[in-house]
This record gives sequence, structure tokens and C-alpha cells, in this order.
Amino acid sequence: MSMIEIENLNIWFGEGVDRVDAVRDAAFSVARGESFGLVGESGSGKSTILRAITGLAPTWSGTIRVEGEPLQGHRRSRAFYKRVQMVFQDPYASLHPRQSVDQVLSETLHLQGMKDINKRVEKLLQDVGLGNRFRFRYPHQLSGGQRQRVAIARALAGEPDILLLDEPTSALDVSVQAEILNLLTDLREEHKLTYVMVSHDLPVVAHMCDRLAVMQQGEIVEVMTQDDLRQLRARHPYTRTLLDASISHHDAG
Amino acid sequence: MTLLSVKDLWVRFPTRQGIFDAVRGISFDLGKERLGIVGESGSGKSMTGRAILRLIREPGIVEATHVSLNGQNLLDLTEKQMRSVRGKQITMVMQDPKFSLNPVMTVGEQLMESYRLHNPGGSRVEARQKSVEMLEAVSIRDADRVMRAYPHEVSGGMGQRIMIAMMLIPDPQLLIADEPTSALDVSVQRQVLAIMDGLVRERGMGLIFISHDLNLVSEFCDRVLIMYAGRIVEVCEAGKLHEAQHPYTQGLLNSLPRLDQPRKYLDVLQRDDAWKDAPLETGQ
Repeated sequence: MSMIEIENLNIWFGEGVDRVDAVRDAAFSVARGESFGLVGESGSGKSTILRAITGLAPTWSGTIRVEGEPLQGHRRSRAFYKRVQMVFQDPYASLHPRQSVDQVLSETLHLQGMKDINKRVEKLLQDVGLGNRFRFRYPHQLSGGQRQRVAIARALAGEPDILLLDEPTSALDVSVQAEILNLLTDLREEHKLTYVMVSHDLPVVAHMCDRLAVMQQGEIVEVMTQDDLRQLRARHPYTRTLLDASISHHDAG
Repeated sequence: MTLLSVKDLWVRFPTRQGIFDAVRGISFDLGKERLGIVGESGSGKSMTGRAILRLIREPGIVEATHVSLNGQNLLDLTEKQMRSVRGKQITMVMQDPKFSLNPVMTVGEQLMESYRLHNPGGSRVEARQKSVEMLEAVSIRDADRVMRAYPHEVSGGMGQRIMIAMMLIPDPQLLIADEPTSALDVSVQRQVLAIMDGLVRERGMGLIFISHDLNLVSEFCDRVLIMYAGRIVEVCEAGKLHEAQHPYTQGLLNSLPRLDQPRKYLDVLQRDDAWKDAPLETGQ
């Protein structure tokens, strides 16, 4: 069964002359346990799709089904947020500066209706490779990679089935990126998670995702497999441009 | 000719656990070239950029034999004199457009303000024209809409391009770009870098390109300094980055995923404490 099915999805912002059609007629589906990538340049609408799924983009039309259930408007039920969680791009902006790691995780667990909060906080920190000594730190006492680990722990608090990853490593160093991607690989296996990952970095998407959709100016121009990507089998000219850009990148030097 | 010369620069921050040395005695010279500074967060690369512009606030301490621009030691200038250096002579594109753009002013107002600040006689029409021109120069397709937009209404990548447009309006001699393209996707990265590249060549500007992206730096710079724990551990010709000797540089290169090499786990950098106290390298 498909975890996420999207059909005829249109998302827009603003009105009149300032109306921007951020996503036009998008369609894709993600199977249970699959890791699906959305790539494209900034402004191509890839993050907007994730935001529409979680109800952060109020003006959309079309169909979004999560585990077979169609979503409506921008209100989501508590049960929805238990199933679907999001990790944002910028761990510097997505954690409350005045709340310690313990507060962030405990509150999330409480809201998700969990018992044994104390134990679960410990377990979550362990799962993301942080350990208990980070528990009473504030975000400013953590590095970028550690913050992103906290954000991932927070997303995992409700034991979700689906993680929406919005450029989870683009704000991080390459060495830390490797750690976070390895962590995500492990978590997906351990918790049987389904990922939808937005990134502009093709090698990262090739590393993490089984299939991917390439977006350009709000439209999905191509859906390809990881293998297609690695063998550079691009059908759409835009995908080819992206591929060329990331290959010359590697050959440099 | 040397545009900027930095000698034995230290940046220190007093903390409850004692003094923390963010930058530990680095030296380098910069001509009209593109110098890359690479390292992880916490390696002191951004602090180096900020120290040059004297943007490190109390209680931070900046010490150096000299930090000179065209022979003038910037550390001797008063704060008032320094203000005429910032923007006009040395400018900086910061890491995050979300924090660098004013959230309650439209993009257009901010660009025009920047123009009029540096060209006090300029008219509004001129300011607007120049702003639109700069937006187009950084490959923003519908410059007129973007001029009306507020920073939260543009994507991260576009925000960064707006920042670059704004910084280039005063026509500086030295551009310090602190991770200017980390938030952009590969295709736009190239455009933005091509623009910066053009400026360095055409106007004879110097560029300090601070980044954690080794491949990008090797492609767009002439020389690369690799920093670790506040020191320069290696200096490379950009084209020869892949022949780098230092295990830290090699580790950074290996931690990148590659299209042509599928693997389940990426290599994680193994750090060695000895790197911290290795003999100093200079970029002179």
C-alpha cells in the first residue's frame, strides 16, 4: 500500500498580481518503507509539497492521501502528527532557544500522549547518538549537527511512520552531514520509516533515496530511480543540467 | 600586490570555563585573487572573516600583529573610520539571509537604502534602477515582484542572492563571502559563483570565500586554506586539493557522498587531537 499518494496537487501563495503558483499539477506516490527524494532548484516547490502535507501551506487543491486517508485544508488531526513528522532544514531556527533539550523532548512526548517520559527522553537521545549528558543543554550549547540530532529526536518522539526531511543536512558541514545521513539510514531501518526527503544535492539524494522526482518551477518534470540517477539516465533536459552540474563538481580538482 | 595581509591573528572569547581560542595565530596574504577558507563549523573560518571586518563584539578579543588593507592596519582605526571601510572597501555576505535581511522592510527598500547610503546624491529612480539591475545580475527572474516582496516571501536561495546583490551595490575592493551558496542548489550555486568570479576579474576585487564545500572551493578559488580548530593545517593550490596531504583534508573529501560510488554508510571523519597542535602553516 502507498504511504503517501499525491495527485493533481496545486499549491499557490498570494493573490492577484502577487499570486505565485508554487506547485502545479504534481503527482507521485511513496510506498511503505520507501525513501523518496524531491530535488530541484530553490523555489521549485519541493519544500512546499512537504509543507502542504503537514498543513503548513493553507492554499492547495488536489488530492493528498496519507496511508489511504485523504487530507483536507490545513487542519491536521493529532493522529496525523503521530504518523507524520517533519525535520526542517535549519536546526538553528527550528529549536526554541529558551528550551533545553529535555524540555523540547518532554513536551513533545507529553503532547503525543506518551507515558514514561523520563525513560523515553533517554531512549530518544540514545537513538540519535547524543546520550544523556546533552539532556539539559540549551540549543546554543549545541553544535549544528547536535541540534539537528535533537530535531530528529523530536520528530521521532511520537513514533511516526513517515518522516518528511526538508534539506536535513544542507546547513551542516560535510563531515557532520555524513554522520546525520548515516544516522537517518540506521533509523529508517530500525524504526521501519518511510522518508520523503527534499534536497538540492543530487549525490545526497542518490545516497539516501530509492526513487526521486525532479522539480522545475513548480512542476515535476521527471521521476527516476536511484539507479537511473547513478547511471546518469536522465530523460528531461533539466535533469541533465542538474546532473552535469553535480558531476563537474566532483571532477573538479 | 597585497590587498590584505593578516599576521598572527588570534580571536579569543572568555567563557566560564576559561578563555576559548576560536582562532589561534593564523597568517595569510591576499592579492587580487580568490582565496578559499575551508573547515568545519567551529574551525574559526567565519571568525577570521569577522575579525578582518572588526565585527567581533565584546567580550571577544581580537589580537594580531597586523590586519592590513592596502598597508593600513585596520586594528588601528577608530570605530568611526572602520564604518567607512565596511561596505565600501570590504564587504561581507553572511551565512544566513534570514538573519541578514530586515524582516519588516521589502527587498526593494533594503536594496535601495544600500545604494543611497553609498551614493548620497543618488535619486530614488537611480536607486531603483540599480537595484533591479543587481537583482537581475544575480539571476532573479522577476525582479519587479521580488522588489515588492518581504524577506519571508522569498526562498532561502533567493534570499541569499538578494544579499549578494546588496553587498555588491557599493562596489567594494574585497568581498568576504561566508558560505554564500550553502543554501543554494547546484545550478544556482554556479550562477552565483560565476557572478562573483566575474566581479573579481573585472573590478580587480579580492575574494575570501569561506565554505565547508571543498569541491566548490577547489573549483572557484585560486588558493585554499584548510582550517581546523582555529589553525591553518594545510595550504593548497585549489586545483590540487585532491592531492591534499593532511588527514583532515582527506577525511573531509571522503565524507562526501558520490554519484558514482554507492555505499550504505558514508565515511565519518575520525579526528586526531594531535591536529590541534600541529606546527603552524601560513598562507603567505
